[in-house]
Amino acid sequence: MFRTALRNVLAHKARLLMTVLAVMLGVAFVSGTLVFADTLSNAFRNQSAKSYDDVAVAITSYADPDDAKKEPGLSRKTLDAIAAVDGVDAAYGRVDGFAGVADPDGKLIGVGWSNKGSNFAPGKDGKDPAYTFTDGSGPVKDDQIALDKESAAKGEYRVGDRVRVATNGPVKEYTLSGVFTTEDGAVNAGGSLVLFDTAVAQKQYLEPGYFQSVTVTAAPGASDAKILDAVKPLLPDTAEAKTGQALADEQAEQIEQGLGSLKQVLLGFAGIALFVGVFLISNTFTMLVAQRTKEIALMRAVGASRRQITRSVLAEAALVGLVASAIGFVLGIGLAVGLRSGMAAFEMKIPGGPLILSATPVIAALGVGVLITMLAAWLPGRRAAKIPPVAAMNSVHAVATTKSLVLRNSIGAAITALGAAGIVLGASSGGDDGRMYIAAGAFLALIGVIILIPLLSRPVIALVRPLLVGPFGVSGKLAGQNAVRNPRRTGATASALAIGLTLVTGLSVLGVTVGTAIDKMTTDNIKADYMVSMANGLGLDPSALTALEKAKGVSAVSPQQSVYFETGDEDFVSASAVTPGDIEKVLNVDVVSGDIGSLAEGRIAVAEKTARSKGWKPGDTVPVTFDDEKKGTLEVGAVYKDSEFLSPVLVDTKVVNPHETRPSIQQIFVKVDGGQSPANEKALIDALGDNPAITVMDRQDIRDEFGGVINTLLNIMYGLLAMALIIAVLGVVNTLAMSVFERQQEIGMLRAIGLDRRRVKRMVRLEAVVISVFGATVGIGLGSFLGWAVGETFADKIPGYALVLPWDRIGIFLVLAGLVGVLAALWPARNAARLNMLNAIKAE
Amino acid sequence: MTTASLADRATTVAARATDLSKIYGQGETQVVALDRVSVDFRQAEFTAIMGPSGSGKSTLMHCVAGLDTFSSGSVRIGETELGSLKDKQLTKLRRDKIGFIFQAFNLLPTLTALENITLPMDIAGRKPDKQWLDSVIGMVGLADRLGHRPAQLSGGQQQRVAVARALASRPEIIFGDEPTGNLDSRSGAEVLGFLRNSVRELGQTVVMVTHDPVAAAYADRVVFLADGRIVDEMHRPTAETVLDRMKAFDAKGRTS
Repeated sequence: MFRTALRNVLAHKARLLMTVLAVMLGVAFVSGTLVFADTLSNAFRNQSAKSYDDVAVAITSYADPDDAKKEPGLSRKTLDAIAAVDGVDAAYGRVDGFAGVADPDGKLIGVGWSNKGSNFAPGKDGKDPAYTFTDGSGPVKDDQIALDKESAAKGEYRVGDRVRVATNGPVKEYTLSGVFTTEDGAVNAGGSLVLFDTAVAQKQYLEPGYFQSVTVTAAPGASDAKILDAVKPLLPDTAEAKTGQALADEQAEQIEQGLGSLKQVLLGFAGIALFVGVFLISNTFTMLVAQRTKEIALMRAVGASRRQITRSVLAEAALVGLVASAIGFVLGIGLAVGLRSGMAAFEMKIPGGPLILSATPVIAALGVGVLITMLAAWLPGRRAAKIPPVAAMNSVHAVATTKSLVLRNSIGAAITALGAAGIVLGASSGGDDGRMYIAAGAFLALIGVIILIPLLSRPVIALVRPLLVGPFGVSGKLAGQNAVRNPRRTGATASALAIGLTLVTGLSVLGVTVGTAIDKMTTDNIKADYMVSMANGLGLDPSALTALEKAKGVSAVSPQQSVYFETGDEDFVSASAVTPGDIEKVLNVDVVSGDIGSLAEGRIAVAEKTARSKGWKPGDTVPVTFDDEKKGTLEVGAVYKDSEFLSPVLVDTKVVNPHETRPSIQQIFVKVDGGQSPANEKALIDALGDNPAITVMDRQDIRDEFGGVINTLLNIMYGLLAMALIIAVLGVVNTLAMSVFERQQEIGMLRAIGLDRRRVKRMVRLEAVVISVFGATVGIGLGSFLGWAVGETFADKIPGYALVLPWDRIGIFLVLAGLVGVLAALWPARNAARLNMLNAIKAE
Repeated sequence: MTTASLADRATTVAARATDLSKIYGQGETQVVALDRVSVDFRQAEFTAIMGPSGSGKSTLMHCVAGLDTFSSGSVRIGETELGSLKDKQLTKLRRDKIGFIFQAFNLLPTLTALENITLPMDIAGRKPDKQWLDSVIGMVGLADRLGHRPAQLSGGQQQRVAVARALASRPEIIFGDEPTGNLDSRSGAEVLGFLRNSVRELGQTVVMVTHDPVAAAYADRVVFLADGRIVDEMHRPTAETVLDRMKAFDAKGRTS
């Protein structure tokens, strides 16, 4: 039987090509992901091993610098004691924090969250082993800095140039003393690193004479473990020591975990590709079997058993799966290489390293590919076995009956109903539980709809038939009817698109709905023209507030400075310190009772929910413990409606600042005379000292900031759509090629009685478009339903939540689906138009 | 229609092949399917083309009907010379001037009988002439079957739909390729009767390829082909005379 299978594969190369492509794509994704992850984790492992290569022991201080009772870090004395330990070659004290470097245009180099500053800690030889200078030398004076090579290149700085650097305080100008390379993880991830003289860094980030961490190098032949044991007693209880090896392992593990989620996302894509591929493969084998009815019947007639027939089909599938997997695997390696360079293009720097090819991806690729293909071919194989031997004598082609659809439809309807019920139940119960119901319901509904698609195809396509006949005449009419001639095949073909579009539409509906709600929330609540914050997301220096208050043309300015009060027993309330009189001008404060103006008299304002839970009302006196442990009382002056932009409690900055050692200003909202304009924005930037680490956002920027995450997420999901589209194209090509083949005689007759080539092509093309758009419509419908349901589960968490159907995007999806049809029909339509009329009519 | 006008029309030629040759392949493997065939098909005449298998009878019909290309010579349908036409023009010519009845696969399974009958007009974007359509449908006796799909019709009924389709657009000439080849003798006789009536009563021109002497007997004239050449012609044939003539071919085939 195997020989028969092989012969069959060779005889139907073109038809099987589509199956091969589908399997190949899925396998390429699976193996590409695995190879990529292996390669990446190997590279990161090597890198972290390398960065801790010289480190025998590393000590980290967890002391709170604001805690006045304890030492803020590791003192110089401790450092010296560590350096004196037997077997220690040298001990380097480190202190670091945020440092943003401005390029010559004043813009920040690199992304905000990985702009690091640290100290240059030269050893006895004047060198710091963590940094290798390619140009110049380390900073040793107050006004000197060194920069990592990448950042220096981005800013086009050379040794001797003046460079503006912002830490959390105001900007300062330094002279570049040197350029270095390093194994530091942040720099390797695309960040920037500024090295200061140790005294400067200590003053900036901690306190003079103190370090946050110490790295110890061992003398030749000394044991890391022994050094660790000797060092431990020297440390304050706020510090912890570990060997370099332990740290390297820890870091590697963290990276592994980080990569794990990336791996899951990519494997998710692969899963979808393979799931959709199953339909395509199953379709192909159904067609192959149908085409071979007589052959199979003849084999049955001469004595082949049913099992042999099924096995022959499965062997054929295995063979196809094997070839496809092998090609897919090779493609996957290419994909892995592409992904790596692709990430580099997005400024995500990945340490170099060899491509890692372990056995797992090979086994996974071949196993998945072959199994999926065989699984998909199983049903067609069984159907083949059921062909009676007498079919060999029958001259009539086997016609797809609608009889067995009754059972199929009943099962499909039941599953769909169950799924829909689960979704509705989930939507109404809400929360995490609700989402679980929805996930289960969505899965069932998807399966149910896929089962029902053949049934749906007739009425849905009948609905659009007038649209086809109108502008396209006979071609349109025939296309509409051809599309529903074999509902099973149409269904399986449309399913590929339906699945992809269900996911993408669901996420689009959700994303756009949430995005709109957030957008509305932003516009409703922010009255300020600009929001000023730190690029690294940390607090602004109070000097920024002073600068803005003094800036020309500023009509109102208020910070949101986060403060924690303790009210009563261990009951912490998060509050914002603001500027009375200005806060209501820059943010929407909807006062329910009391007077917001009383903030200026040292009273506090409380959000409605908090006021209710605490039982506070205007006029009440509340006992508080401030940050510095001092106790006092505050009077409630006003109650306002809860808002995403306001903390549960508002208080005058003047009330809390005496109790704060280091005020943490999250944002400053500014309203200017004349509203938003480039000149006003420039004036604010200038007032802030042209600080590259401070971002000034106008209202649009604020909206983008909050909505940006959602858009990024959506864009990733659109990658998924692309995947589904590619496979859908293959599926439609497959179906059409088969249809054209089956209808040769008809097409020949149509050509004979006067349908020209152009219109034959159009007929095939329209059929493809109808099937594709049908699949898309089903997917969009189901996806919108799902998007609504999931949205309902957290609607109460987002004020102003209202379902938004993104018609523009849905329109684009439909157009894309139509294009899929047109594209897929290119080849089959050309074949149909080129059919030799006479052969077509004569053919048996 | 009067006899005089019928006689007038009979003198004009509906389709004419002159020195028509069709050669497949080249050199050693060259096969001559048609060898300088010249033949006229007069208006309002029912012509049967006969010949043994491989004689070129189907090829002749396909070339004259604009379904196939030829190697040399000329073919005219009415005033139109086919040799110079591109595929697009040929398609249009077939659509507007020619009707076809094939042995099988005449009808689109997705269309009703009526939709199948009006298909050529639909393709052309023309409205069918209601009165004419009714009379054609009446003639083939399908008035109560118009809403049925081909699968719901018997083989004979399907061929009658095909005849109605060929007649419905009033083509200049109808070509039939073994139109009764798949039918039992009674259904075949019905279909042939309709074709003869369309010639006698409506002045239609019909050319039919057949290998069945009984079918040929319905024609006004029989043209015999052998080895790609016209070897004989017979007017007012009967089944017996045609059969005798065919037997002669067979005898010749065996002796040579």
